[in-house]
Amino acid sequence: MVERIQPGDAIHPGKPVTVDRYGVAARVNHWITAASLILLALSGLALFDPSLFFLTALFGGGQNTRAFHPWIGVVLFVSFFVFFFQLWRANLPASVDWVWLTRLKDVVTGHEENLPEFGKYNAGQKVIFWSMAFLILVLIATGLMIWEQYFAPYTSIPTRRIAVLAHAISAVLIICVFILHVYAAIWTRGTLRAMTRGSVTGGWAWRHHRKWLRELVGQRKIGPAE
Amino acid sequence: MSDSPRTAVSNPPTQPMVSNLGPADLIRRSATEDLPPPQRQLTPVAKLIDVSKCIGCKACQSACVEWNDTTPAVGENVGVYTNPHDLTENMFTLMRFTEWVNPSTDNLEWLIRKDGCMHCADPGCLKACPAPGAIVQYTNGIVDFIHENCIGCGYCVKGCPFNIPRISKADHRAYKCTLCSDRVAVGQGPACAKACPTQAIVFGTKEDMTRHAEGRIADLKSRGYANAGLYDPPGVGGTHVMYVLHHNDKPHIYADLPDNPRISPVVQTWKGLTKYVGLAAMGFMAAGSLIHGVFARPNRVSKEDEESAEKLVETTIGQPVPEASSSNGERG
Amino acid sequence: MTNSWTDIRNTDLVVVMGGNAAEAHPCGFKWVTEAKAHRGAKLIVVDPRYTRTASVSDFYAPIRQGTDIAFLLGVIKYCIDNDKVQWEYTKAFTNASYIVKEGFGYSDGLFTGYDEEKRDYNRTTWDYEIGEDGFAVTDPTLQHPRCVWNLLKQHVAVYTPEMVERICGTPRDKFLRVAQMISECSSPTKTMTSMYALGWTQHSHGAQNIRAMAMLQLILGNIGVRGGGMNALRGHSNIQGLTDIGLMSHLLTGYLNMPTEQETDFEIYMRSRQFRPLRPGQTSYWQNYRKFMVSFQKAMWGDAATAENQWGYEFLPKLDVPAYDVLRMFELMGAGRVNGYFCQGFNPMLAFPNRGKITASLSKLKFLVTMDPLETETARFWENHGEYNEVDTRSIQTEVFQLPTTCFAEEEGSLTNSGRWLQWHWAGGSPPGEAKHDTWIMAQIFLRMRELYRKEGGAFPDPILNLSWNYHDPNEPEPEELAKEINGRALTDLSDPADPSRVQVAAGKQLLNFSQLRDDGSTMCGVWIYSGCWNEAGNNMARRGTEDPDGTGAYLNWSFAWPLNRRTLYNRASADLQGRPWDPSRKLLEWDGTKWTGYDVPDIAPTARPDQVMPFIMNQEGVSRLFTRGMLRDGPFPAHMEPFESPVPNVMNPRMRGNPVARVFQSDLSQFGNADEFPFAATSYRLTEHFHYWTKHNRVNAALQPEFFVEISEELAALRQVVNGGWVRVWSKRGSVKAKAVVTKRIRPLNCDGRVVHVVGIPLHWGFVGAAKKGFGPNSLSPFVGDANIETPEYKAFLVNLEPTTAPGVQS
Repeated sequence: MVERIQPGDAIHPGKPVTVDRYGVAARVNHWITAASLILLALSGLALFDPSLFFLTALFGGGQNTRAFHPWIGVVLFVSFFVFFFQLWRANLPASVDWVWLTRLKDVVTGHEENLPEFGKYNAGQKVIFWSMAFLILVLIATGLMIWEQYFAPYTSIPTRRIAVLAHAISAVLIICVFILHVYAAIWTRGTLRAMTRGSVTGGWAWRHHRKWLRELVGQRKIGPAE
Repeated sequence: MSDSPRTAVSNPPTQPMVSNLGPADLIRRSATEDLPPPQRQLTPVAKLIDVSKCIGCKACQSACVEWNDTTPAVGENVGVYTNPHDLTENMFTLMRFTEWVNPSTDNLEWLIRKDGCMHCADPGCLKACPAPGAIVQYTNGIVDFIHENCIGCGYCVKGCPFNIPRISKADHRAYKCTLCSDRVAVGQGPACAKACPTQAIVFGTKEDMTRHAEGRIADLKSRGYANAGLYDPPGVGGTHVMYVLHHNDKPHIYADLPDNPRISPVVQTWKGLTKYVGLAAMGFMAAGSLIHGVFARPNRVSKEDEESAEKLVETTIGQPVPEASSSNGERG
Repeated sequence: MTNSWTDIRNTDLVVVMGGNAAEAHPCGFKWVTEAKAHRGAKLIVVDPRYTRTASVSDFYAPIRQGTDIAFLLGVIKYCIDNDKVQWEYTKAFTNASYIVKEGFGYSDGLFTGYDEEKRDYNRTTWDYEIGEDGFAVTDPTLQHPRCVWNLLKQHVAVYTPEMVERICGTPRDKFLRVAQMISECSSPTKTMTSMYALGWTQHSHGAQNIRAMAMLQLILGNIGVRGGGMNALRGHSNIQGLTDIGLMSHLLTGYLNMPTEQETDFEIYMRSRQFRPLRPGQTSYWQNYRKFMVSFQKAMWGDAATAENQWGYEFLPKLDVPAYDVLRMFELMGAGRVNGYFCQGFNPMLAFPNRGKITASLSKLKFLVTMDPLETETARFWENHGEYNEVDTRSIQTEVFQLPTTCFAEEEGSLTNSGRWLQWHWAGGSPPGEAKHDTWIMAQIFLRMRELYRKEGGAFPDPILNLSWNYHDPNEPEPEELAKEINGRALTDLSDPADPSRVQVAAGKQLLNFSQLRDDGSTMCGVWIYSGCWNEAGNNMARRGTEDPDGTGAYLNWSFAWPLNRRTLYNRASADLQGRPWDPSRKLLEWDGTKWTGYDVPDIAPTARPDQVMPFIMNQEGVSRLFTRGMLRDGPFPAHMEPFESPVPNVMNPRMRGNPVARVFQSDLSQFGNADEFPFAATSYRLTEHFHYWTKHNRVNAALQPEFFVEISEELAALRQVVNGGWVRVWSKRGSVKAKAVVTKRIRPLNCDGRVVHVVGIPLHWGFVGAAKKGFGPNSLSPFVGDANIETPEYKAFLVNLEPTTAPGVQS
C-alpha cells in the first residue's frame, strides 16, 4: 500500500536540508493532548494511590482534582481524536513494520543501518499511536461511567466497578506508553524539534524515515524558502 | 470520658459531655497507611433492627431527617409506600416495603426493612476511598464520613456491598447514616432507635444486641419462623447494624438485602493488585527509560546522514515529478 | 379504653379489628409488641386490607367492611357452641340471667317495634320483666326461655361459619381459626384485649359493632381484668378529653346530658335520672347525678345559681332535636338556616362527608370564623384551586375570618389520652406571629359579647351576663385556673357526713375528688369525672412517677386517670365472687376479708362485699349488659346491618338499606348509590406518615408520603386496566377524585354471597393547601349519613366506581 503524503509535509533544500513534519495546528493539537495527558496522569495518580494524594495540591485540593479530571479527559479525547484523524492513515500497518518488530534489538541499540527504510512512522510509533487511541477510547468510555456528577445513574454499580478497574488499568498502560513515547523522542535526538519547530533535518529523516524522505523528494514536495 | 452508650432510650444528660469519638479513636482512616494505633478501645456498639417488630411507621426516617437536618424533597407517589423512592444524600435511612407471598404457607407477608449503612467491620467504602480521612472507622465500630475531607469521587459507592452512600449534587460530598456518631459520642443512642415506637430498632453494645437477638429469634421460632435468624454477615467481617429476620435463609426477599455481602472482587482487584502492579509497571517503565538513557548511546543523526539527505534532494530536484501531483507548499 | 395503654402488655391475645393500631397509633402499639415479646402474646388482625398491623400479626383474616357484627356474633356462637364461656363470670357479672319482657323478638333483620315511617323502634318490649318488689326478675339457672342468655343463643344461631363467610367474605377456615384463638381466652387465666378505633365507629351501625365485641369480651370474662378490656384508640391526642368535657351538642361535662325542651324544669329533668338500683344491694352510682349536675351549674354561674332558680337551670339550652351534630349543622346550613359558623380546630372541608354539600353549605353562611394553628381548606373553601377545588369564587359571599391559634406545643394544659390519663404538658415554644391561645380568643369574644348584651339587652341575656368569669386576668384565663375549676372546690365549709361536727373541706379549698360533691350548692365542679385532677395535693396531672409495683403496668403515680386515678375500669370484675383474682398471676384487686386491696384504685366501694355488690356500679343492674334494653336506638342486641351503600343486599332482609333507624335527611336520600352503578366497596383510613390534615403542612411528613393515592388489588387493576403508579378517577354518587393508584397484594377481592367484591382503599390526608402535593380526600365521595346513635359519619363503607385517567388539570 502506498502511503499518502500528508499535507504540509515538505522538503526545504539547503544545508542541512530541513523537512516539514508537523504544521502549527498539529503541533498545537499535540501539545494540548500532551498537556492534558500529563494533567490527567497527575490528577489520576493522586486518586489512584494515597501516597500520591499530595498531587491534588497541584489542582487546588481533592474536590477540584475530582472536578477537573473528567473535564480534562474530555479535552484529551477531543484533542487526541482531532490529531488522530490527521494521522491515522500514516499509521496504518505496513509489511515492513514486522521487520522493525522482529529486530527490536537493533532498534534499542540504535543500529538502524540494519533496518529497512520506513515511511513517516515506524512500527514503534504506530504501536504508540494505536495504543493511545485504544486506551483513550477505553478511558473516556469508562471515565464517563464513573463520572459521578453526571453519569452515575446510567450504569449499575457492578458495571461501574468494572469500569473503574478498567479505567485504572488503562491509565497505567497509557502512562507506560506515554513514558515510552517521551523517552523515545528524547533518545532519538533531533526528534523534539518536529513538535517544536515543526520540522526535522534531512539527516534525521534520512536516518529514521528514509522512505518518507524519498517519497517527499520523489514527489517534489518542496516548501518555500524560509 | 465515658464508654459507648448501652441503650438508645435514655434521656439526654443535662451536664455538658465531652465527645469520646475523636481522632485518637480511629482504627481505620481512608487512604492513610501509617495511622497511629488508637489510644483506647471503646466497647463495640451495634444497632439491631428487628424486622419482625417493625411496623413501617417511618418514625426512624423522620427522626433521621430531623436530627441530621436534611431536606428530602417532596416527591410523588409511584405506586409504592417506599418514600423517598431511594436513599438520597438527604435521606440516610429508608423503609423498604416488599409484598411477598410465602410459598410454603401461601400467606402474604409484608416485609418492611429499614435500609441504611450497615457499618461493616470491613468497610468497602473505606477501602475504596482515595481521600485521606474522608472515611473513618472508630474503635466502637462506627464507620463515619468526614465531609470536609471528602472529594466527591464516588469511589465509596463502588466499594459498598450494600449500595448505601449517595453523593450530593449540591456540595459533591458523600452522605450516609453515621449511626449518629455525634450522639453516640456523648452517650446517646441513634435518633432512629430513640424514635422507634415499638423498639424494633434497639441500640447497645454489639454483645448485648447479639444476645437480645437470640431472644427475639427464639420467640420467632416459637411462632413458626423456623429460619429466623440474625443477619450479621461474615463476608464483611460482621456489621454494626444487624437485622433480626424471620427468613434469615433468604435475606434477598427483604428488598434485595445481599445474601452473602462482601467487598466486590473487582474492587479488591482495583484497590489491591492493580494498584501495586500498576505502580510497579509505571516505575519499571520510567526506570527502564532512565537506565537506557544512561547506558545506551543516544540515537544521533550523523553528518553522513545529513549529507545523504542533501545529496538525495540535490540529485532529484529539477527532475520532473513522476506522478501528477504537486504540493502547494502550504504550511501551518 | 376500659384499660390503659400500658396494661396492654399484660395480655395474651390482641385482636385488632375495626382499627389499625400500628398504623394510626404506632406509639401505643409498642405495648402490643411488648406483650408479644415478653408474654408470647398473639396478635390477630381482621381487616379488609392487609395493614401495617397485619404485617406484624400472627394471624390475619380478611373481612368486608361493615360486616363486623356478623363476624363477632359468629365468634360468640362459636364460643357458646364449644362451651368456651367464662361461666362463673358470665353468670355473676352479666345480665345473662335477667328475664326479658314478653313480646320481644327479632325477625327479618328487625327487632320488634319497628316503624318504617318514623325510621325508629318502639322500644318498650326491649326491657326486663320487673317483679313486684320493683327489681328485675332473674333466673340464675339460665333455664328461662326469655332469659337474656337464651335470647342471645337464639339471636346468634344464624351466624354459622358458613353465614359469616357469606356475609363477610372471610374464608371459613380463617374465620374458624380466629374464633378458635379467641375462644381460648374464656379461660380465667387467659385474657384478650380488643383494640379498635374508627374502623368500628364510622359506620351507620358503629355503636353496635362495639357492642358486639363488648359482649364477646364479657362472656370470655375479659372486662375489668389485666390485659383485657374494650380499648378504643382515640384518633387525636385529646379526643377522649373532648367527649369527657362535653364538647358534643347533646352532652354537658362528664357525660351529663343536655336537657331537652320537654324537660322544662330541673325536677322534671332529674326525674328520669334517679337510676334506682334494679337489683337489691347494688350501687347504681348515677344516683349521685344531682350532685354532679348542681356542682356543674355552680361552676357555670356561681352565685347566680341558687336553689331558687334551680341552680340556673333556665340558663341551660334545651335541645329540640336529639343533637345538633355536625351532619345536622351542615344540613341546616345548606338550608340557609345558619348564619355564622365557628370552626375551632376543625377542618370540615376535609373532615365531613359529601364535600360538595359542605362547600355548598359554607357558601350560604354570612360569616365563617376559623381558629386554627394552620391554614385549612375550610378557611380557603372559596378559593379556586382548579380541579382540586372547583368553585366559583365570585358567587360566594361568605365573609371568612381566620384567627391563628397556638398549637399544643405552644400551650400549657392537659391532654386526656385513650386510657383516660390526664397528662399535663408545658409550652415548648412561643407562638409565632399573631397566633393567640384559644382561651384568649374565646375570652375576647365572650367579654365583648357580654358588654354588648349588657348595653343592648337581648332576647335572653341572663346565661351570658351571669356566666361565672372569676379569673385573675379576665382577658386570658390561665390553664391552672381552668384546671382547678374543673376539679371543683368547696364554696362553703363542708361538714363531714360521718361526723357533722367536723369540717371535711373548708370553704375555698379544692375538693379531694367527686365523692365530696354536694347537691345543695355548697360545691362547684366543672367536670365531675375529672375531679381529683387538681386537689389540695396539687396538680396530679403533672405527676411523673414511674413506680410500678410488681410490674402490673398501672403506674398510679404517673399523671391522673379519671375517675379517681383508676387505671382499669370495672376492676372489681378481676376477682371472683369470693374476691379472689381469677388469675393469681395477674392480680389487680383482692378482697382481704374487710376491704379491697391491690394495685389499682378499686372500682367499687372499698368495703363492698364481693358476694353482694356487683362490679358494674354505673349500671342500675350492678352487672354488665349482654342485652342493652332500650339504651341504643338500633337494637338491644347487635344484628347484622349492611352499610347504606353495600355491594350486596342484606341477607337477613334484602329490602333493608343500611341501618333501619339511622337518620337520613330528605335531601340525601337521592344521593345514595347502588352496586350496579358503583360496583366497588370503598373504605377510608389514615396513614402512619400523617396526622389527619395537619402534617401535610410539614415537609418531613410530606416527603414520607407525598401524594394522594388509592389502593386496589391486582385483580381490580387488571379488570379496569389500571397500572401501578398511574392515575385513576374514583367517583361515587356524590363526587369524584383523581388519585395515583397503588396496586397491591395487600387487598384481595372478597367472595360474598357468590359475588366478587372489590375493595378500594382511600386514605385521607391530602387537600389543596400545605407542603404535600395537592390531592383529594375520601370525604368528596362518602355519604352524608351517620351512626344511628351518635351520628358518626359512615366513612368506612361506601360504593365507588373507578377508571384509569390522566393527571388533574390535563385533558383526558
